[in-house]
Amino acid sequence: MGMLEAILITIATAATPLLIAAVGELVVERSGVLNLGVEGMMVMGAVTGFGVALTTGSPWLGFLAATAVGALFSLLFAFLTLTLVTNQVATGLALTLLGLGLSGMIGESFVGLPGVKLGSIYIPFLTDLPLVGKLLFGQDPIFYLSLLLTGGVAYFLFRTRAGLTLRSVGDNHASAHALGINVILIRYLAVMFGGACAGLAGGYLSIVYTPQWVENMTAGRGWIALALVVFASWRPWRVLAGAYLFGAVTIGQLHAQALGIGVPSQLLSSLPYLATVIVLVLISGNRRLTMINTPASLGRPFVPDR
Amino acid sequence: MKKTILSIAAAAAVLSFGTMAAEAKVKACWMYVGPIGDFGYSYQHHQGLLAVQKEFGDQVETAYLESVPEGADAERALERFARSGCNIIFATSFGFMDATNKVAGRFPDVKFEHATGYKREHPNVSTYNSKFHEGRYVQGVIAAKMSKTGVAGYIASFPIPEVVLGINAFMLGAQSVNPDFKVKVVWANTWYDAGKEADAAKALIDQGVDVITQHTDSTAPMQVATERGVKAFGQATDMIKFGPDTQLTAIVDDWGPYYISRVKAVIDGTWEQQDVWHGMKEGNVVMAPYTNMPDDVKKLAEEAEAKIKSGDFNPYTGPITKQDGSEWLKAGEVADNGTLLGLNFYVKGVDDKLPQ
Repeated sequence: MGMLEAILITIATAATPLLIAAVGELVVERSGVLNLGVEGMMVMGAVTGFGVALTTGSPWLGFLAATAVGALFSLLFAFLTLTLVTNQVATGLALTLLGLGLSGMIGESFVGLPGVKLGSIYIPFLTDLPLVGKLLFGQDPIFYLSLLLTGGVAYFLFRTRAGLTLRSVGDNHASAHALGINVILIRYLAVMFGGACAGLAGGYLSIVYTPQWVENMTAGRGWIALALVVFASWRPWRVLAGAYLFGAVTIGQLHAQALGIGVPSQLLSSLPYLATVIVLVLISGNRRLTMINTPASLGRPFVPDR
Repeated sequence: MKKTILSIAAAAAVLSFGTMAAEAKVKACWMYVGPIGDFGYSYQHHQGLLAVQKEFGDQVETAYLESVPEGADAERALERFARSGCNIIFATSFGFMDATNKVAGRFPDVKFEHATGYKREHPNVSTYNSKFHEGRYVQGVIAAKMSKTGVAGYIASFPIPEVVLGINAFMLGAQSVNPDFKVKVVWANTWYDAGKEADAAKALIDQGVDVITQHTDSTAPMQVATERGVKAFGQATDMIKFGPDTQLTAIVDDWGPYYISRVKAVIDGTWEQQDVWHGMKEGNVVMAPYTNMPDDVKKLAEEAEAKIKSGDFNPYTGPITKQDGSEWLKAGEVADNGTLLGLNFYVKGVDDKLPQ
């Protein structure tokens, strides 16, 4: 395995959980709901995925459970913000805090146990191809799923009627309501999809990335995913670009350090965040473009008149 | 009505005072900076608490607070501890230093013990620290023997003296076996982020290191080393379960003996202010079993460990040259603790520029 290929594979592993969580949140925000609880849902997915994979011995059951728990956990958020019309920002933050605490409690007995790892796929001949074999045909199955997910969401949002309906709910919920669209139902479904994605991303951390459980193991990745959605101006393929850019800068700076190039490591460590900020500034420089892409009803509560 | 409430309150006060007097036990309290589930630094301190429980049983009551942020929250938490009847409080992170001294001034009857700090502003404050770098020296000896490429990878957290001490000690240990040995350092700039630590390990391995050591808290580098088929050292706790065929040894922080001795001093009424820097000799730094290495390497490691343990040998004994080639310690000269606790430069052979 060549060094470049090894680096690219490492980048893909670092980017995949960010991509999955961000694509999920993108759908949520496109429906007009801002869920800041990504970190909490992710960490719940991580602890559940780890626990189920460990007790059943099957990483696939682990992923299933992680996804289900993410969706269930987001249902709590949906009920509070959509049915009881609580403040979305405060509720999202509460969801993150709850997730971090609850996962620590659930996972207490998992600490210090090596987990079950989902291995990489192997296709005879193709995986053995020089230079690109392992990169294209030898990664873990969830990596391929994340690409399919991005494509699927892009297709759904911009090429299907249901996607158009979802976007209309996010852009103007009053008009959508007047047209007879069930705004609350659509938002419930979107929030749960986002939760399922966050849970899956969490499971990726504890089953593929680093097969172990330790408290707070998401280490802020949920927040990065949230930033990526804005970074991508609510476009799925741009989320993919953003996640891989972030991953590339993160891994690149580690290699630069190992090479001993003599640039202060604090500066190198902050590069991924600096890159994100710079791109955000460049994007928001064009106000018109930003306005067009932002879901107009984002974060606004909707109370249907009875 | 008001009268009844008052009398109930009075009765309750008498009652609670009564139970306290009847039990007359010592209450020992711990404050951790991380969760006890980190399987690293705070986890090991908590193992010390459990050792105290085991040693004294019903004689001592224990309490702990985890994930206490450094700063104003630490002060509030300490104050709460002091008011709740703790007789001795262990504040286990460097960043609790000022809060500990502040609260200690207000509660002169409570004993305060602060880990890894240097301020003792009141007679009821002691400080304690551990010479983890003694274990690093032994690791260096092993790494230089086990590595085929002649380069080891070091995943570091933050450029503070404690971490620099470790890197240098590792280098010195390695050079005692192979003078041309190299160490590549990657700063993760975090104590704990499993994903990032794993990525750092991968980057180092891709660049040709075949032995990994870390001064960050997660077991992720050990798992990566296992996957890639290189060797690694455990950190803070025995990580053999994460790399049965990978871990060479691990530096284990064993706070138990110290905590037991200090709680005992409170029980006996002999507690006095002190400043200790314990290491292998006092059983504060313990090496996990030497595994996955040939017998001659194991023997060499055991000799190095025994030499340090006996107290005859300090890893920071000259001749030692600084990274820039200038002389630091003459032959036979031993660095004093003050210099070591503020160490901010590399010794010769470290392939990195120290972030300042």
